[in-house]
Amino acid sequence: MALDLTRPIYLDYQATTPMDVRVLEEMMPYMTTQFGNAASRNHAYGWAAEEAVEKAREQVAKVIGADPKEVVFTSGATESDNIALKGAAHMYKDKGDHIITLLSEHKAVLDTCHRLERDDQAKVTYLTPKSDGIVDLEELENAITDKTIMIAIMMANNEIGVIQPVKQIGEICRKHNVVFFTDAVQAVGKVPVDVNEMNIDVLALSAHKIYGPKGVGALYVRRKKPRVKLSPVIDGGGHERGMRSGTLNVPGIVGLGKAIELCAEEMEEESKRLTYLRDKLKDGIMSQLDEVYINGSYDHRLPNNLNISFAYVEGEGLLMGMKDLAVSSGSACTSASLEPSHVLKSLGVGEELAHSSIRYSMGRFTTEEEIDFAIELTVKAVNRLREMSPLYEMAKEGIDLKSIQWEHH
Amino acid sequence: MAYSDKVLDHYNNPRNVGSLDKNDFGVGTGVVGAPECGDVMKLQIKVNEQTGVIEDAKFKTFGCGSAIASSSLATEMLKGKTIDQAHEIKNTTLVSELNLPPVKIHCSVLAEDAIKAAIDDFRSKQQSKRDEAKKAS
Repeated sequence: MALDLTRPIYLDYQATTPMDVRVLEEMMPYMTTQFGNAASRNHAYGWAAEEAVEKAREQVAKVIGADPKEVVFTSGATESDNIALKGAAHMYKDKGDHIITLLSEHKAVLDTCHRLERDDQAKVTYLTPKSDGIVDLEELENAITDKTIMIAIMMANNEIGVIQPVKQIGEICRKHNVVFFTDAVQAVGKVPVDVNEMNIDVLALSAHKIYGPKGVGALYVRRKKPRVKLSPVIDGGGHERGMRSGTLNVPGIVGLGKAIELCAEEMEEESKRLTYLRDKLKDGIMSQLDEVYINGSYDHRLPNNLNISFAYVEGEGLLMGMKDLAVSSGSACTSASLEPSHVLKSLGVGEELAHSSIRYSMGRFTTEEEIDFAIELTVKAVNRLREMSPLYEMAKEGIDLKSIQWEHH
Repeated sequence: MAYSDKVLDHYNNPRNVGSLDKNDFGVGTGVVGAPECGDVMKLQIKVNEQTGVIEDAKFKTFGCGSAIASSSLATEMLKGKTIDQAHEIKNTTLVSELNLPPVKIHCSVLAEDAIKAAIDDFRSKQQSKRDEAKKAS
């Protein structure tokens, strides 16, 4: 089949995913005919909405090995992360005020931690991951004090796809009686998750990363052994056991339930398929280009992520040369902050290589033809820009770029 | 971010990519920027030593599309100018010519710096050539 190049090939599934039509079909009635408020207890419209929400709660719970009562619906993972951290800081303030997290976490976790620090509600330890992106378990355990209330470490990284040893982290948390919170946005639906086996106490997930709608997510909050309590961030009608007030987004929640169920059903096969495509992409690029570096552990990684740096080529310039691909870059120029990726920086990837990084993330609708095309286009664009790169020229002349006194702006 | 047509044109068809012999007395080389900052420009001019007119200009750039376009346009503007005229080229000219957005103004500043660095290099080479000639005589 010929590739449709009327729009770029989408290889940015870790940013967001298209909705699966099966999910949309499930949602449709809850926007038109079954539009009731799930909190309306006295008529059929409300009952139908509530029933749909409870079904979705079961679907979510089943996939993560939880009890439906432990699932709270939110507006998305950023809100879930905020409730987890701010809720714990407030609820456990008599026990302590220390939180441990990783420098490679998502901004929704890091910026929430920064705010808690600014507001004097917590003291936060930011651990540096090892160069492969994985937390040093010994360092983690040593960082725990008698004031530590929560460890916040994501299950899989959004930029480099690296999967953390959550089971071992969970064991450490249990041993020291610390609440374990994991942002599992990128992991749920792609790799098996079991909150009991992994000793997870609080878990955040989102619908739009798993072929569901935007604007809906969930927070798992353990109810027993141990019972975890979180103060709400949003007050109001006391919905969701008081942890998240606000009229429930019934169609969104129905979509989340269906989306997560489909991912679980298809996970085994899809994981194999994506691993094959990802390996093909990596091998195709690396066999044709020199000085290409994989960022983060390749073995402990989501099946759909490839994050690589092309030395001597700047990321944004490269994206421009690959405009038929929708991918992202860790280059500063692609973000508003003018700082290259904080994740790559935390791994000790040099800034020059961080500027040269590209994240490819594949998904349900990615085809082998698209991967072949991506390989061809990447190799062509990198070669072209290297021909234009003064750094590549110097490197080929045998000049050590690190020995040069660059003038910084 | 949407790029202007001019930036796209220079990015897709860069003018004067390449290198001149940096050991030639008539060639001035300017390398500015830093890899950690995501921009490095190398700009070279070949000057007629009698007339002071720039006869050729080449560039190589590591950077975003706007950085590549700024240096490509700079080489076009340099050709045919005397080094004194070239020294007067301002980054604002590149900004308006390429329609650069505010976040990309630093690319034009870098190109202006590269022009000045290449001219300085040419002048200091000429000076050392004169010094050597004096020493020899």
